[in-house]
Amino acid sequence: MKILRAARMERCIGCYSCSLACARLLHDRLSWNTAGIRIRSAGGLTAGFEARLCLACDPAPCAEACPTGAMVQRKAGGVLFRRARCIRCGLCAEACPVDAIYLDVERNPYVCIHCGRCVPFCPHDCLEMRPAEEKAAGVAFPSEDAGGGHDV
Amino acid sequence: MTSEGTFRVLIVDLTARRGEVVRFGNRLESGGGSGLAAALYESYGLPEEAADHPQQPLIFAIGPLTGYFPLMSKVVCGFKSPYHDQYTESHAGGRLALAIRFAGYDAILLRGKAATPSCAVIGSRGLQVDDVHYLWGINSLMTGKLLRRIYPQHSGCRSILRIGPAGENGVTYACINVDTFRHFGRMGAGCVMGAKNVKAIAVHGDGDISLPGAKAYAQLFQEVHEKLTDTEMMRKYYDLGTAANLTVLNERSSLPWRNMQQTADPGVDGISGERFGDELLMRQTACAGCPVGCIHLGMLRERFADAHQFEYRQVSYDYEPIFAAGSMLGITVAGDVLSLLEEVERVGLDVMSTGVALAWATEALENGLVTEEQTRTPLAFGQVDGYRAAIRHLARAENDFYRLLGRGTLAAAREYGGEEFACVLGQEMAGYATGEVYFTAQSLGFRHSHLDTGGYTYDQLNQKQDVDEAIRFLVDDERGRCLLTSMVSCLFARGVYSSELLSSALASIGQEALAADVDGLAERVQRARWRLRFKTGFDPSTYDVPRRLRKITTWKGALDEAYLDKLRESYAREITALGKPG
Ligand code: SF4
Ligand code: SF4
Repeated sequence: MKILRAARMERCIGCYSCSLACARLLHDRLSWNTAGIRIRSAGGLTAGFEARLCLACDPAPCAEACPTGAMVQRKAGGVLFRRARCIRCGLCAEACPVDAIYLDVERNPYVCIHCGRCVPFCPHDCLEMRPAEEKAAGVAFPSEDAGGGHDV
Repeated sequence: MTSEGTFRVLIVDLTARRGEVVRFGNRLESGGGSGLAAALYESYGLPEEAADHPQQPLIFAIGPLTGYFPLMSKVVCGFKSPYHDQYTESHAGGRLALAIRFAGYDAILLRGKAATPSCAVIGSRGLQVDDVHYLWGINSLMTGKLLRRIYPQHSGCRSILRIGPAGENGVTYACINVDTFRHFGRMGAGCVMGAKNVKAIAVHGDGDISLPGAKAYAQLFQEVHEKLTDTEMMRKYYDLGTAANLTVLNERSSLPWRNMQQTADPGVDGISGERFGDELLMRQTACAGCPVGCIHLGMLRERFADAHQFEYRQVSYDYEPIFAAGSMLGITVAGDVLSLLEEVERVGLDVMSTGVALAWATEALENGLVTEEQTRTPLAFGQVDGYRAAIRHLARAENDFYRLLGRGTLAAAREYGGEEFACVLGQEMAGYATGEVYFTAQSLGFRHSHLDTGGYTYDQLNQKQDVDEAIRFLVDDERGRCLLTSMVSCLFARGVYSSELLSSALASIGQEALAADVDGLAERVQRARWRLRFKTGFDPSTYDVPRRLRKITTWKGALDEAYLDKLRESYAREITALGKPG
């Protein structure tokens, strides 16, 4: 199994194609927020961009915080989300240490499920799907090895 | 998806610091963008009153495809221009288009005048007109930084518009800075904002839109996305960017140099797209919703002490700004161009008008028409320090000379002399000395912009002189662009978004009726804009081409004045017919 990494955010142009793709393809929404990946400027546009997305934790604090089993641990790291069980309490978003879960107006959570559908929409190849084993082996940010910087 | 027949418009009454959401107009009739802005001005504008009348509206309109498809990333700003006191439009991108979409509006209209310098904060669930008197006088880059601190929420999904000192001081070609690197540049939208006491506008795109079962839409999106990213077609925009044109136009003797005393110069090597790309380019960035990423950021590195101590900043560049702050002023060092561009950015002026105005001032000073006491600084082609100082004087309207120059190069030339070398085509010229068709197009164009029509391309592709064919091209091309700017597409995508594709795109999001009538829409919008232009006082016979531009030599040879005048006569007839009431 693979996990999504925003491995080369130095190249990001802030086009939001990734967020728009996730919202469109997974959530049937036109949005730059209700998506598994969200782009933020890293302190004004002159400083470039950063991506907010799930780090594929195991154990995942959001799954531990969820009182109804809507967020459940995914084997490769991260979570599966079962909307029907969600009572919109927002505890998952609070528990996420890197602000990767977005709550919409009705407090529906949006989190990356590491499906990879956003990846081909990035024009600068900032995103990639990496084998989950790398994370377990501690190779969390492969682009660091290649001399590039990293971001999550 | 939106299938209702009316637009959702937020009307902000600045005087009352209150707003109202109205259902306005007819989607089938006006489409959006250019068409919507014109319809709003028709209803809310005061065609007889001056541009700075407090009740004149300042309109920001998006279109039916905004956010739904790649490069549908621009906003049309409609207003009565303080430059010529007639209706006009200016276009910009950044994050504004998507922010307005996700705030849930088709347009935002500001009217009235705030009692104190203010910031309008607009979102899907909020509206404030806050007093920000402490920001008045602060440059637009710093204002952006402070606003991000004052309004920390929604970073990443909002757009920040602001003006610099030029807009505060009534310079009629003051711009509105959008998200640091984009601008409503031309014709003085920033001056209108200043007259309304609006220092800044923050739009939060904090809502979203549901797209139930839109499989066909997602499929079409993917096709368009691939076309716009996989093909070579867009390469020129993200590779060297529009700056690649410097060498091309210089080779064709079509690049204005030193107030158009020349149309080519070997000095182009110092300011070419290749020079910027190889030595100063730091990275590209994009408008939200655009995977092309044409915005080029160059590194301005300045030593501030004897020791090796530097400050560095990122400054955006493009073909037109390099022409205006480079070749037109005889500047042949790329770093000097960035330094002037940054100064223009800070004070919030339109860069093209500024460069051309200062080029005229340089020659007027050389000829003794004005004195250094008036310019307050020595101005000489190629000398960057004088220009840097002059940009600040101009933005602050520091004396009578700069006050007049701030009302347009021709306004100053009428007072001091030198009209024959004031490079004005309706407004200060853009960087295309390509010949008769372009001069016709800009001098009489709806926005007096190089983007009104492809006149400069026509000049470069056509050797033969055929008045009827050229004018037909201008009229038809403008109509095609009216459709694009009603959607609202970036004009760089014009090669991809044919009217057939726009029609399919509209159908895929449930706008079938509009999809069936895109050609009709284009024509209605073209007529509506010209009608407004004439209604607000346009008289084509008062717009001339100055002697300096009539005497140029391009790669085609000497400009043919008789052909130029025939073109202008014929185009004036056509647009007058388009602007007929009813
Ligand atoms: S990997 Fe899938 S869920 Fe995660 S951000 Fe991309 S599209 Fe969304
Ligand atoms: S698609 Fe790529 S370049 Fe565009 S915002 Fe996302 S990460 Fe950045």
